[in-house]
Amino acid sequence: MKPYEYLEHTADAKFKAYGNDLAEAFKNSAYATFNILTDTKKIKGKTEKELIVRAKKKTTLLYDFLDELLFLLDSEGFLLHEITDLEIRENDGMFHLECTFNGDIFSNKYEVSGNIKSVTYNEMEIDEKKDNVMVQVVVDI
Amino acid sequence: MSELKAKKLNDYSYTVEKDGKELPVKIYASEKLMKHMQKDKCLEQGVNASTLPGVKGKSLMMPDAHQGYGFSIGGVAAISCDDGCISPGGIGFDINCGVRLLTTNLTKKDVEPKIKELLEVMFRMIPPGVGSQSLIRLDDDQLHDVLLNGAKWCVENGYGVEEDLENCEENGTMPGAKPEFVSQKARSRGRKQLGTLGAGNHFLEVQTVEKIFDEKTAKVFGFIDKDQIVVMIHCGSRGLGHQVCSDYLRRMEDAYPDIMEALPEKDLIYAPSGSKIANEYFGAMCASANFAWANRHIIGHQVRKAFRRVLGDDVTLTTLYDVAHNIAKVEEHVIEGKKEKVWVHRKGATRAFGPDREEVPEKFRKVGQPILIPGSMGTSSYVLVGTKTAMKETFGSTAHGAGRLMSRFQAKKEFRGETVKNELEKQKIFIKAASWKGISEEAPGVYKDVDEVVKVSHEAGIGNLVVQLKPLGVVKG
Repeated sequence: MKPYEYLEHTADAKFKAYGNDLAEAFKNSAYATFNILTDTKKIKGKTEKELIVRAKKKTTLLYDFLDELLFLLDSEGFLLHEITDLEIRENDGMFHLECTFNGDIFSNKYEVSGNIKSVTYNEMEIDEKKDNVMVQVVVDI
Repeated sequence: MSELKAKKLNDYSYTVEKDGKELPVKIYASEKLMKHMQKDKCLEQGVNASTLPGVKGKSLMMPDAHQGYGFSIGGVAAISCDDGCISPGGIGFDINCGVRLLTTNLTKKDVEPKIKELLEVMFRMIPPGVGSQSLIRLDDDQLHDVLLNGAKWCVENGYGVEEDLENCEENGTMPGAKPEFVSQKARSRGRKQLGTLGAGNHFLEVQTVEKIFDEKTAKVFGFIDKDQIVVMIHCGSRGLGHQVCSDYLRRMEDAYPDIMEALPEKDLIYAPSGSKIANEYFGAMCASANFAWANRHIIGHQVRKAFRRVLGDDVTLTTLYDVAHNIAKVEEHVIEGKKEKVWVHRKGATRAFGPDREEVPEKFRKVGQPILIPGSMGTSSYVLVGTKTAMKETFGSTAHGAGRLMSRFQAKKEFRGETVKNELEKQKIFIKAASWKGISEEAPGVYKDVDEVVKVSHEAGIGNLVVQLKPLGVVKG
C-alpha cells in the first residue's frame, strides 16, 4: 500500500493518505503535506519535538494536527523528517493525539519550493474500515 | 444536487440555472473562459455564496473565477452589515494578498544590460521562498503598531515616503484594525516575515510598458511612454494572515455548530452581523490587511534601494497604486435605489471604483482608480481603470489575475524548471528563483490566458484597459 498519493487539483494540492489504522493515516498525511514542499527523506532529524492536539471530531483533529505542523514551518522554519510515534485515543467524547517527531530548521542546503498557506476542510474525508483507513485533504498553496 | 447550468446573458456574462430556475448568480466570462469554469466546482461555489444570509443582489463571479474554498476564487458578494454575516471563506487565507506597482524614470534601454545584476541584488534584499526570514526584527510593541497602522508605521520608521501612502488603497492603513484579536500563534508565524515575498504564485517583477490603450488615463496614472520600466510586487500577509483566517474558521465552527451542519461546504462558515466573533474577526482581518500593506510597502522600499545601488542615485521610483485582492470592506453602495452599508467580500477580485468616489486618491478621482492585474511568470500584466458600470453592476469590482489551469503536480510533470528558464531567456525574460521546482510549478503554460480575462473585463465595462506590461526580470520563491 502506498503511504499517500497526490490527486489532481487545479489551484491547490489534494492528497489521500493511507494506513492500517487512523494513527498511521494521520502520520502519512503529515508526510504528504511536507513532501509538497521538499523531500522529507533528505531533511536531517536534528531536532526532536512533541505535539498534543485535542478535538471533538476526527476531521477537526486532522485539521489541527496539520495546522500545528504548518505553524512550526512558518514560525521556526521547521521541516519535518520523521514521525517516530503517533497515538490517537478517545476519552470522554474527545480525541487526543500525541505525536513525537523530528526534523531540521530550514537552511539553503535544503531544496524547498512552493508554500502551504493552510489546511482546509474542502473535500476533507476520513474513511475508516477495519485495517484500512484513508484520509483526504486539500491544502491551500 | 441536480445539475447547474450556465445560461448566457450576452457575449460577456452568464447566469446559473437549476431545474430551469434562474439563481441569483452573475458570472462575467466569455465562452472560452466559461469552458474552463465548468471544469471545476466554481459555479457550485458561486451558488453557495448566494445563499449566505444578507447577500444583496447577486453573488458575482469575475472573469478569472476558479474553484476555491467556500467562495470561488474570483467571487464577490455584498453582504448586509446589519442583518447579514461575515465569512472568512469569502476573503481567503491570504488576507490582503495584493499588488503594488511602482513607475520609474527609466526605459528598457537603461535596465536591460544590468537586469541580471539587478535581480541578484533584489533577491538578496527581499528574501523569497519558504523559510526565508526578514532582515527586520520586530518586538511585541512594534508588531502591534504594524498591525494597527500598516504602511503608516513603515513611513514613520524610515521605510519609504509619505507619497507611497497617498497612492495606496486605504492609504495603507485599514480603519477598524484590532491587533488584540490577532492570536499569539498568528503573530509568531508573521513576526519574522515582514518584508519577505513568500513563495507559490507570489513574485516581484521588473516590467516594461508594452502597449498603451488609453493615453489620457495612462498619463494621469504616471505612465510616460512605451518601454518605460515599472516594478510589480505581488504578495500578501504571509503566515500571519493565513493563521488569522484559520483561527477564526475554527472558532466560528465551534461557536455555530448548527450553522456549520446546514452549510453545503464547511469553509463557507460565517459569523452573523453584530456577533462578538464577527466583530473580532473583522478587527483581526483589518489588522492582517495592515500587515500585508506594510509588507508590500517595505518590499517597495527595498526595491528602490536595489535600483539605486545598481543603476545610480538619480533613479526615481514612484508608487503608482497598491490594491488588495483578498479582503472584506465596509462600503456604501446604491442597492435598488437606496444607499446601503455593506461588507463587500472580494476573494481574488480587485476593487474597481469608478470616477468621483471619495475612496479614490484625489489625483485619480476624475478618471477612476487604477486596477492592477498581474499575469503569470512570463506573460503580460495589465493596468485597468475603474468604471461607473462596475459601481452599478459589481459593487465596484473586477478580476484579479489569470487563474490556474493546471495543478502543480501536473505542471512538474510537464515542465522542467531549467527548460522554462531557458525558453524565457530566449524571449529576454530573466528569472532569479529560490528553486527550479518553483519555476516549473509556475510555468506560463499552467495559467489561463490573462489577455482573455482583461478583455472580458473591458468589454463588460467593469474595468477598462489602460496599459499592457511585459516582464523583463522576475524574482520568485
